[in-house]
Amino acid sequence: MNGVRALRWMVGGRCSAGASAALPQDSAQRLAGGLAWGVVALLLVFLGLPLVAILGQALAGPDGGYAGLAHFTAITASPGFLTLVGNSIAAAATTTVITIPLAFGFAASLTRTRMPGKPLFRLLALIPLLAPSLLPGISLVYLFGNQGVLKGWFPEGGIYGLPGIVMGEVFYTFPHALMILLTALSLADGRLYEAANALGAGPLRRWFTVTLPSVRHGLVSSALVVFTLTITDFGVPKVIGGQYSVLAVEAYKQVVGQQNFARGAVIGLLLLLPAVFSFVVDHRLQQRQQALLTARARPLQPSGSRWAGGAGLLCCSLVGACLVLILGMAVAAAFIRLWPYRLDLTFVHFNFDDMDGGGWLAWWNSLRLAVLTMTAGTVLVFLGAWLQEKLTGAGAVRILIRLLAMLPMAVPGLVLGLGYVFFFNGNRWLPLYGTMALLALCTIVHYYTTAHLTATTALRQMDREFEAVAASLKVPFWTTLRRVTVPVCLPAILEIARFLFVSAMTTVSAVVFLYTPDTVLASVAVLNMDDAGDTAAAAAMATLIVATSAFVCLLFALLSRWLVHRTQRWRHA
Amino acid sequence: METPRSDVSREPALALAGLHKRYGEFTALSQVDLTVAPGEFVCLLGPSGCGKTTLLRLIAGLEAVSGGRILMRGRDVTQLPPMRRDYGIVFQNYALFPNLSVADNIAYGLRGRREDKMRRVGDLLALVGLNGAERKFPAQLSGGQQQRVALARALATNPGLLLLDEPLSALDARVREHLRREIKDLQTRLGVTTVMVTHDQEEALAMADRVVVMSRGQVEQIGTPSEIYGQPRTAFVADFIGRANWFEATVRRHGEIAVDRVTLSVAQTLPEPGSTGRVFLRPEDVRLHPVWLGGPNSALARPVKIEHLGGFCRISLTVPLWGDLPLLADVSQDELARLRLAPGQLVPVTLPADRLRMFTAEMV
Repeated sequence: MNGVRALRWMVGGRCSAGASAALPQDSAQRLAGGLAWGVVALLLVFLGLPLVAILGQALAGPDGGYAGLAHFTAITASPGFLTLVGNSIAAAATTTVITIPLAFGFAASLTRTRMPGKPLFRLLALIPLLAPSLLPGISLVYLFGNQGVLKGWFPEGGIYGLPGIVMGEVFYTFPHALMILLTALSLADGRLYEAANALGAGPLRRWFTVTLPSVRHGLVSSALVVFTLTITDFGVPKVIGGQYSVLAVEAYKQVVGQQNFARGAVIGLLLLLPAVFSFVVDHRLQQRQQALLTARARPLQPSGSRWAGGAGLLCCSLVGACLVLILGMAVAAAFIRLWPYRLDLTFVHFNFDDMDGGGWLAWWNSLRLAVLTMTAGTVLVFLGAWLQEKLTGAGAVRILIRLLAMLPMAVPGLVLGLGYVFFFNGNRWLPLYGTMALLALCTIVHYYTTAHLTATTALRQMDREFEAVAASLKVPFWTTLRRVTVPVCLPAILEIARFLFVSAMTTVSAVVFLYTPDTVLASVAVLNMDDAGDTAAAAAMATLIVATSAFVCLLFALLSRWLVHRTQRWRHA
Repeated sequence: METPRSDVSREPALALAGLHKRYGEFTALSQVDLTVAPGEFVCLLGPSGCGKTTLLRLIAGLEAVSGGRILMRGRDVTQLPPMRRDYGIVFQNYALFPNLSVADNIAYGLRGRREDKMRRVGDLLALVGLNGAERKFPAQLSGGQQQRVALARALATNPGLLLLDEPLSALDARVREHLRREIKDLQTRLGVTTVMVTHDQEEALAMADRVVVMSRGQVEQIGTPSEIYGQPRTAFVADFIGRANWFEATVRRHGEIAVDRVTLSVAQTLPEPGSTGRVFLRPEDVRLHPVWLGGPNSALARPVKIEHLGGFCRISLTVPLWGDLPLLADVSQDELARLRLAPGQLVPVTLPADRLRMFTAEMV
């Protein structure tokens, strides 16, 4: 009974599950119910079963029988395992401790001061999202490596190892932390600050009694995200980790290098722990947070003080300069003939077909994957979110969609990729292994939660009664979906499409286990070329990915401006 | 007993029989019986949480029925989805499609040629007094105008039943009063059977042909506005509708009750002597006199406060002889002038025996 109530709470709103009679449904609604079960089935096969497969792999013996926890005990007892865990935690913790204050300072400058150049800094902060996580690694090698511009800062290859990993991960995780903190800081109630002022609280006291409590959730949440992203990322440590081995790289080596699936599965499950932990904590915090900001809150006017503006400008300029420096170094490396001996500019590193790693086919494949992920993903995600929010009756299927849609948040790409290997490799019923379709499905599932939340947020802003009104006018749901819901949600749909495209362009962690020579991807090519010692070509490919992502973002910005102008006239009425 | 007639038009537009709604353990509605005649305007009235909105959603097919039957013009629609029932609905927040123009909103449920649709839209806009608003978007309209568009959209397909879910409560007082009259006029002119949910008793009394007063999932009383106001059947109805004076009382014998140590005569048929209950009297039924006339149920009262409430005045009094019994009395401005109340001066008061009503515990 408790479980049922908890489930009903998760769906929220008016849910008549548990009533003695079912809500009468017309044929259109039954069709929608069928579609909803289709979405559930798809998510079960492409998310649930691969995860089960990891567990199976971790518990299976060499003969295929049940081996219990044998692998776990063997791996945890093996020499060097504790070092692996220790290294991973040290890297993730250090990254978190550095990233959060930087992102907080940046976010506070953007939301709470009147410094100039805010749009520019917002744009700069998003740079890392356009690149695969391998890019900062490559860039740091050029900056501080054995032949780096600033090698004196890290003498004798000191950058290879913890310092390099941490710097790379700070770059990679910065925008993720920033987005959460920006949201937290912009949800401020101006009345609380006025009250604190009127009661004579100084700036320090105001900070501790008003600001900190209101952003506490954002701080914890962003710290968890940074920690999880770092501990499960293998792009940065792969390139610049040197002898400093971490769990994520170890899982990759075990599966791809040594075909030791059981060991890979166990490490994968271990990496699932921090992600699941932060997912649960975040969910708990969100429940408590809700009542903090009421409809009567007044937006906070940013402080006009020159001192605050100056400090904000300084902070943002420093962080922005570092981001530009890292990106710029990779771009420069792509065009310089032979670092550091011949500094003339050339396109020779873009002759990918002359090198190992996949050639131009890789870039072309990435583009295909991105388009496929974007189109199929946007339709699937929006449909799923719409069914979850608007389906009447059918309580169980809506709960299932919601649970399955939230689950990918707790599954790192690396773990998902491992699950796909174990489940689809040699699967006779679903012979998809190595196909572009599977790569696209994997990418859609990997980024499902963020896209789903964007869609549900937009859908929840719509009037609850639209469907009821349409039904009373005898208009079937697909007409309302086409004429009202989709047009109203168009900005959110475009945002989902853009997000899925760029994510597919830059992702490495899941797809690295799934490609074949025919379906090799640009981000994987970066990894392989770097592995083969073609660092300049790797930098060139990474630059190409950034350029593609940036170009597509620009296209989307123009498209949505045009569409909003054309079809959203009613918004500005 | 009326003999059944074969006349089809006499068939109730809406009939609810033993309607029941449970959410798990919680009973939201129990045993609701209601018949609405064609062209009738019925208001479901009650405090929030009384089940009135649930009842409306059951009629609309937006919630599943746990028991009982719903008939529209004699057709059993209990198990039919909303699309196969025949009604138009207007919600509190209008639920206008924001991206469609006023004309497209109104034409949303219309079928057929474009010219026909546009002609119908024009007619409907004229009907709700919004000529020429076709090409505007909802965001360009005021709240009252949006509500008229929602009304036009609900009426566009000529539904047999119009459902209104608190249609006026999002509007400010002045617009609300104006629109209240307009909706009522429109409804009378079109003769469309209407069920409206409201928590505003004034609205219900002003608009409805009959009012269904509800409390905690139960129907308390069904009656015309004057019945509901003048002859409340339960203490809840008496308390919920209008203002009232309430005293604790005990039945003394036939036609007499005791309030504190005072005996009052009552015209109503009373329960057993010794039973206790609450006595109710409308403030406008309290009689104040410029000079002492004597008679039953009369005493001298001390005015405590006078509130001027527009067309009338509400006087708070205490009656020293009746154990400082507090009383509210509503009098017109003229009457107040005639009374010539002065500070510290007592005024004669009578509680008419035919207006006092006693509710015993069993009746509550």
